[in-house]
Amino acid sequence: MNRALMHVIQLMVLCGALLVSGCDLRQRMYDQPKYEAHEATTFFDNGLTSRGPIEGTIARGQLRLDAHLFTGKVNGELATVLPPSIPFGKDLLERGHERFDIYCSPCHGRTGEGNGMIVQRGLKQPPSFHEARLREAAIGHYFEVMTNGFGAMYSYASRVPVEDRWAIAAYVRALQFSQRADFDKLPAQDQGQLP
Amino acid sequence: MAQVFHRSINWVAKFSIIAILGLVGGLFSVLLNINRLDYVSGVGVARDQPVPFSHKHHVTGMGLDCRYCHTSVETSAFAGIPPVETCMTCHSLIWTEAPLLEPVRAAFRDDVPLQWTRVHDLPDFVYFKHNIHVSKGIGCTTCHGAVDQMPLMKKAETLNMEWCLSCHRNPAQFIRPRDRVFDVNWTPPADQELRGQQLVKDYNVRVSQLTDCSVCHL
Repeated sequence: MNRALMHVIQLMVLCGALLVSGCDLRQRMYDQPKYEAHEATTFFDNGLTSRGPIEGTIARGQLRLDAHLFTGKVNGELATVLPPSIPFGKDLLERGHERFDIYCSPCHGRTGEGNGMIVQRGLKQPPSFHEARLREAAIGHYFEVMTNGFGAMYSYASRVPVEDRWAIAAYVRALQFSQRADFDKLPAQDQGQLP
Repeated sequence: MAQVFHRSINWVAKFSIIAILGLVGGLFSVLLNINRLDYVSGVGVARDQPVPFSHKHHVTGMGLDCRYCHTSVETSAFAGIPPVETCMTCHSLIWTEAPLLEPVRAAFRDDVPLQWTRVHDLPDFVYFKHNIHVSKGIGCTTCHGAVDQMPLMKKAETLNMEWCLSCHRNPAQFIRPRDRVFDVNWTPPADQELRGQQLVKDYNVRVSQLTDCSVCHL
């Protein structure tokens, strides 16, 4: 009988050990020896797992030769038209509308008057897009400001891709136009809406 | 050989059969349900963070869109934790002296990233992708809860597999129009089931494949 009891105890210890090792294995599967996005590392000095490109190198497909598209300038002058690779149309304006509301409206306001919520809470007020100076500014100016920042405004180059920056610039133009539209050119339906 | 146990002790043998069955059953139900406990899944628990960032203030108070900070949510698996540059876009001019924001300023000054504590962390054998969910009409609040009402970030759902599957088996109950995905105020309409089925069709969600192992465990 004592031997039988010993066997039972041995079996129980074995089962217990298996269960505990299961927890450990489970934990190791949950957190595998690989890095997730933004996970910290001790391997590199700065603690980042992601490596930036080596200075002076360009990744395949990221050579930016098209000055008009990537800098908003043609021969050093601010571009007055969209780059040829950005086709103008309703899609572009709708995309610009959406991106403007996400990234620009917090300060510039949804109508571009410069009275966004962040401004109401104390940020320096940006100029209205409806001033004569900005109405007359080249479209490349808006792209250039979004890309490099201007005054208190930070660069949005790392947050808004190139195509979206052009879409926003086009939408700013549409906003400006919306405030100074010719009454006679409005569709009859819209004319009826005005007092 | 004399009897070791008296006959009146027989009930112990009978009782122990039931007790062992109960014990084994109990152990199983504990093992099966342990991941459903908030204590284990971390639902509703605010973690220690270097800065007590309030989504409520920034989303409800300031009206910022989710994508203002989580810029890669539409294009990559990871929604993106904003670099301190994004914080400093405003906080280089607003609340510039606030002691609470000193870690942000220090990180910006010294070019050392802030180390946030991850709130939503899936096991490494799950390959979740934000971009596909967002583009198929699954809204932020469906999984993350009312983030716009959270002064401190908390998990709203267990993120257990049974929870994932509850939607993968029938996405029609949660799917919403694409243009409402980032709308924190969206609530399912009364006829959600009907509209959802239409959206599942419109967005070409192949429900029969959504429960394949390889969909999440590549």
